[in-house]
Amino acid sequence: MTGWCERQRNILDVALASLRRRRGKNLSLLVVYSLTVFLGASVMFYSAGLKREARLLLSAAPELVVQRLSAGRHDLIPVAYAEGIRTIRGVGTVAPRLWGYYYDAVYGANYTVQVPTLPPPAGEIVIGPGIARLRKVAAGDLLPFLSYRREDLLLQVREILPAESELVSTDLLLLAEADFRALFSFPSGVATDLTVTVRNPQEVATVARKIVERFPDTRPILREEMQATYAAVFDWRGGLLLVLFGVVLLAFIIFAWDKAAGLSAEERREIGILKGIGWETGDILTLKFWEGTSISLTAFLLGTLLAYVHVFLLQAPLLAATLKGWAVLYPDFRLVSRIDAFQLTVLFVLTVIPYTVATLVPSWRAATIDPDSVMRD
Amino acid sequence: MIRLVEVRKIFNAGRPNAHAALDGVTLTIRRSAVTVLKGPSGSGKTTLLSLIGCMARPTSGRIHLHGLDTDWLAPGEESLEITSLPERFLTGIRRRAFGFVFQQFHLVRGLSALDNVMLPALPTGASRAAIAARGMALLERFRVAGRAGNLVEHLSGGEAQRVAIARALINDPAVIIADEPTAHLDSRLSAEFMEIIATLRSEGRTVVIASHDPLVYAAPGVDAVVVVRDGRIGESGSGRTP
Repeated sequence: MTGWCERQRNILDVALASLRRRRGKNLSLLVVYSLTVFLGASVMFYSAGLKREARLLLSAAPELVVQRLSAGRHDLIPVAYAEGIRTIRGVGTVAPRLWGYYYDAVYGANYTVQVPTLPPPAGEIVIGPGIARLRKVAAGDLLPFLSYRREDLLLQVREILPAESELVSTDLLLLAEADFRALFSFPSGVATDLTVTVRNPQEVATVARKIVERFPDTRPILREEMQATYAAVFDWRGGLLLVLFGVVLLAFIIFAWDKAAGLSAEERREIGILKGIGWETGDILTLKFWEGTSISLTAFLLGTLLAYVHVFLLQAPLLAATLKGWAVLYPDFRLVSRIDAFQLTVLFVLTVIPYTVATLVPSWRAATIDPDSVMRD
Repeated sequence: MIRLVEVRKIFNAGRPNAHAALDGVTLTIRRSAVTVLKGPSGSGKTTLLSLIGCMARPTSGRIHLHGLDTDWLAPGEESLEITSLPERFLTGIRRRAFGFVFQQFHLVRGLSALDNVMLPALPTGASRAAIAARGMALLERFRVAGRAGNLVEHLSGGEAQRVAIARALINDPAVIIADEPTAHLDSRLSAEFMEIIATLRSEGRTVVIASHDPLVYAAPGVDAVVVVRDGRIGESGSGRTP
């Protein structure tokens, strides 16, 4: 075993020296390889990050949301509808929700304004980290808002939400019902929509049908429908970029094949010398394996690291425009950095294995050079 | 002792450009002696060397290695017939039993003198430190230890020659094979090379040299000169032994 390890170590040393000797060729290969990994990893990290955020967002969503429609458009729903819905068999709770969007003209950002189940006292607000960053405020500071009546509304920051999932919380502004109605001149007796819980999850669709029967001007939306819509949007966008990544990967494989197949006269001569002085085909294959592995692992680590910096530290400036379609609603949010082993494994399989396969045949050809070629040279 | 019996080597066999590089060579190379294969370019010397050194297999005929210290000898056998061995075994024998000094020395550019000397021993599984110590000892023996860390392309002709010999000796082989070793050396360096060969012989090593340089085949210390012409063995004679 020691002998085997020593042999691998010795051949690895020769492989690294060989890579150093052909610095130009190998550096260009490393750059292209790293960029391929970077692109694949960026798409993967970013779309998985967004999906994770969306999942978190929806996990807290009610099983059923009931909106009122007026001429096919969303309208405010009378709170009195809640009483009627509550009498439907199988319904657990019905709660009116007050929420909307506040456009901050000074900063050009949209906030999601909501009255939570346990609202802060009137005159106080709880804000997401994105708003805190944008407005440069901390707990205890006063924030001015302009109401729909063109009146100033001064609200004190009670708390800033933790950054556990910024997509959910970054632009969130939680306030009391009185402040909400004052800010938007929201009439009393109506809500934005109603949330409905159903005792038996199997009966959600039946309850939804009964709601429409009793209130024909409403539209119940199931949580599964929302999840499916978000997932479809992300999968479509992510899939599109993965197809592009596939094309880049193919181009890279051709590039790698070309680089590996094009053994220079100098390389052939060196392999001939090694065979001549007693290296066997297996030794040369091991040498080529270590050369390829050194490049692969370096490119994989470099590309993954760059993608991590790009996605989680720089917020993916190269991909955000394509993948983050709802940027209007979320002007600034930061993905929480998290990478799972499965993602890394998939990326490894998608990049390292094609390279290894592409360089296998040229390596074999190099390794089977006749040992007496050095004598005939 | 190395014994060749009716050895033929045909390149491109079965094609219109088939060419018999060796044609029925029967030859015995004595142990612990210096044998020079003498002949003009294209006579088959190099092909003969590559067959003796287990680098290639003959098209027909047999090659026997006697007195070889190997694990591959069956109990009770004194000689090993190498022509039918698979490549792995041939390589193993080549690595352990033979050291090669090539024409133009064929050192690997971009590596230091010491790294070049160590190359043949690296796949054997010995520790790098042990191989480096052996390599340094050989470089010291041939008075090039001071150049151990220098890239081989920066060595003089004489230094490159001694590094090449050190590389041939790193696995402590019983047989040294040298192909036109003085082709690119001046007379002084050629004489120096033959002096080193004489010391190797005095250590009990067998040396086989292919050369048409009179400074080699007429040198003192050469035990036998074998004339090769058109792929056949011509008249053979003894060298001038001091």
